[in-house]
Amino acid sequence: MELFEKKFDPELYKTDFHWKEGDYDVYRSCHWSAPGCHDSCGLLLYVKDGKLERVEGDPNQPYNRGRLCMRCLNLPEACNELWDRLKYPVKRAGERGENKWERISWDEAYDIIVDNVKRIQKEWGPEAICGMIGTGRNVCWQNPLICYAGFGSPNMSFGFLSGDCCMVPRTSLAFCVCGDLPVVDASQFNEERWDHPEYKYPDVVLIWGNDVIKSNGDGFLGHWIVDMMTQNGTKLIVVDPDLTWLASRAEVWIQPRPGVDSAIALAMTNLIIQEDLYDHDFVDKWCYGFDELKERVKDWTCEKAAEIAWCDAEDIRKAARLFAAAKPGALQWGLTTDMRVNGISEAHCLMSLNAICGNVDAAGGNYLAREVYNMNLAYLCGYFENLDVDIRAKRLGNDISPMHQFGLSSTAASDVVLQAIECGEPYPVKMLWFQGCNSIANMAAEAPRVYDAIKKTEFNVVVDYCITPTAVACADVVLPCAMSPERNQLRTWWTPLRQSTRVVEYYESKTDEQIILELGSRLNPSAWCDDKGNPLKTDIDLLNVRLKEGGVPEDFAGLQQMVYDWPDQPYRRYEDGKLRPDGNPGFNTPTGMIELYCTTLEAFGNDPLPHYEEPPESPISTPKRFEEYPIVLTTGHRSFEFFHSEHRNQTTMREFHPNPRVRIHPETAAKYGIEDGQWVWIENQRGRCRQIAWVTEAMKPDCASAEHGWWFPETEGAEPNLFGVFDSNINNLTSMMVVGETGYGAPYKGLLCKIYPCTEENSKVMPSEQVTRLGGWDYDRVEKLAMGGYKYE
Amino acid sequence: MNNDYGLFINYEYCTGCHTCEVACKKVHDLPEGQYGIVLCEDGPRKNINGKWELTYMPLPTHLCDFCADRVKEGRLPSCVHHCQSGIMVYDTLENLAKLAKDHPRSVIFNTQE
Repeated sequence: MELFEKKFDPELYKTDFHWKEGDYDVYRSCHWSAPGCHDSCGLLLYVKDGKLERVEGDPNQPYNRGRLCMRCLNLPEACNELWDRLKYPVKRAGERGENKWERISWDEAYDIIVDNVKRIQKEWGPEAICGMIGTGRNVCWQNPLICYAGFGSPNMSFGFLSGDCCMVPRTSLAFCVCGDLPVVDASQFNEERWDHPEYKYPDVVLIWGNDVIKSNGDGFLGHWIVDMMTQNGTKLIVVDPDLTWLASRAEVWIQPRPGVDSAIALAMTNLIIQEDLYDHDFVDKWCYGFDELKERVKDWTCEKAAEIAWCDAEDIRKAARLFAAAKPGALQWGLTTDMRVNGISEAHCLMSLNAICGNVDAAGGNYLAREVYNMNLAYLCGYFENLDVDIRAKRLGNDISPMHQFGLSSTAASDVVLQAIECGEPYPVKMLWFQGCNSIANMAAEAPRVYDAIKKTEFNVVVDYCITPTAVACADVVLPCAMSPERNQLRTWWTPLRQSTRVVEYYESKTDEQIILELGSRLNPSAWCDDKGNPLKTDIDLLNVRLKEGGVPEDFAGLQQMVYDWPDQPYRRYEDGKLRPDGNPGFNTPTGMIELYCTTLEAFGNDPLPHYEEPPESPISTPKRFEEYPIVLTTGHRSFEFFHSEHRNQTTMREFHPNPRVRIHPETAAKYGIEDGQWVWIENQRGRCRQIAWVTEAMKPDCASAEHGWWFPETEGAEPNLFGVFDSNINNLTSMMVVGETGYGAPYKGLLCKIYPCTEENSKVMPSEQVTRLGGWDYDRVEKLAMGGYKYE
Repeated sequence: MNNDYGLFINYEYCTGCHTCEVACKKVHDLPEGQYGIVLCEDGPRKNINGKWELTYMPLPTHLCDFCADRVKEGRLPSCVHHCQSGIMVYDTLENLAKLAKDHPRSVIFNTQE
């Protein structure tokens, strides 16, 4: 039950799909992208005279029960008043970087793309074309599908996200260890939500390195944690170098040095075993390799972990005891775990800790989340159906590690794609298809290096709703895509199955589904037909193919009338064979158990047990570098206003958050002569960027937390300024090519830097000019892919 | 406006998400720099008892009319409707006083002229 029931008038808030209300047409829909989000909340769209006038949260959608965040409330502005929204397809009129464009028709745009695709296929092979995607946008099956079924290429990649370190490392590890991905159970898997008869609130949620009320990762609405607190008194343990609001409300807040969390997880696991606090019944029946885990962690005292992590041993002890006593407890993990070279092992530490406490697939613990109806609207959509075994074998990165080789990767490895562009190994990449992806503003590590690379390819297309820095830098054609209310789309990640409907239009923009269907049909008509061989004509035809493929009982029109479809999801599926394809009880692993000692990792030649690894650049790994760069840096500090690099071109969001900010402790600020609110340079040997100092006691001393995703659409788009994309770009400081031994995980969180005030004297050349006109900065690049244990100096 | 009504906020669970501010700006069509409700922040600061203070509190401004038009139609004030933590209640001052008794760290705003 909600703490305070919101009484919504059922006469005003109907359960129909569509109704009239005065001059308005009202539609029940859900938001996904564009703009992007990890959630997909229920919306009421109020449309008048063909224009989206107002949005309200849908009280009758149990997913969000009427609530909305500031970004969805601003959807009418995003659709109607976005700065310089793209209205028509354009082609490049000047040189790359000049930001000169000429309006063209869709037919001409498709002709240009088809000509180039065919030319590149012929000259270099289809594998020379690579799709580029950003997280949390509903292009996660459309972009792969156009690559596989349109271009005939196996390469769809994460936009130069080094180590593919967004969810995929955790997912791959979780598949090895337990066969599925565990997500906190906030009752989101059943329509009755908190009132579901089997649901139990967690006693304790362990929030590990994520500010979930802002980030909402893994299709989880962060404020569900607040619901647990208000409705049940659920307690929190937070592990974070920064005092998030959740940390301020936690029973225990552990404040580690960024990058070393696995030391803490190992110590907690050890203490729970030594003090005999683990779930004997679950461990005996369902965990494999407990004795080996016990042996592995036995030297990890809380004192040892505390020394490494610069935190308090007593806090680690308290956290371990509180978490083990919780029945159930739940682990809220996230991106942080992926963003280290030992991300795979850190994920293994956390999986093991959670498993021995008996929380996996338990109500109120961690549910093993699958796409609704076991649909496949993700990175492998169409992969096996459209590509033969020879071309699949060419996927970039397939041979870098057994984890990639044996099918646990679902994308081309980002670092290998960069290597392919830079030096043609193992083969050249000549065309990039950016759909929902603004690489150099956002996820590309070592952004100036990636900028150089994307300018080199022969032909590039960007599909987006505005001209982005990535488009200016390298695009030859830019296609305008529709916003969420302008789009017929599906949401299958995780439950319920949701629809969103095209209720308004914007000039000549098209939906991502329309774009891939129209382009795909020109390139490879036979792949864009229904099961009777009839060509698909509309986006809805394409969606119906997907629904049919997933065995969904209704078609898109049927789903619209239902608004959403929420099939029941049972608990403890491992007990009665619902997790394994063979129908036997157990988890979907070789042993049928959660593998604390992981036989799959062993077979791959990786460490079968969790271990600790110091970040490649740190006070311990590189003490000399630490003398010059004495601040430990973490990147990607989240904000309510933005989804990654999006929302910078919405007046209301910039009103609340005009400039990028870096968080530092008052003592640290004083040491380096920094005042709150002042522009500062953040610098290391690879480059520098500027953000505004946010001096706060919340941040761990001698550490800093910087924002990512910044560009300034209000400034000049042409180079050298390039929307100021490098001026505040924290990825001027990160690295490509230094990844974990599996190829997964990269050090975006846990770097070294120095910070000093900006002055007129030291600000004469801004980073965007430095990168676009002066060749960037001098430093030793790690030229080739380095997997595991890379040593600097 | 019904003069007996007020706005209750259980601010212990306000996360500072800005939803109320934007919900209000949109429904009243307020230009840049204008607000019907403003989020205030206290902290972060370590208290002498060793616990952390980080408290958010939305404060209705003189532009707040409790969404009189919406309420007349039978809707909730937009901030109450959309509040992500679900900690805002619009009701009679009498009922809200009772509610406040049971909920530590709560306030009641009476913004009428």
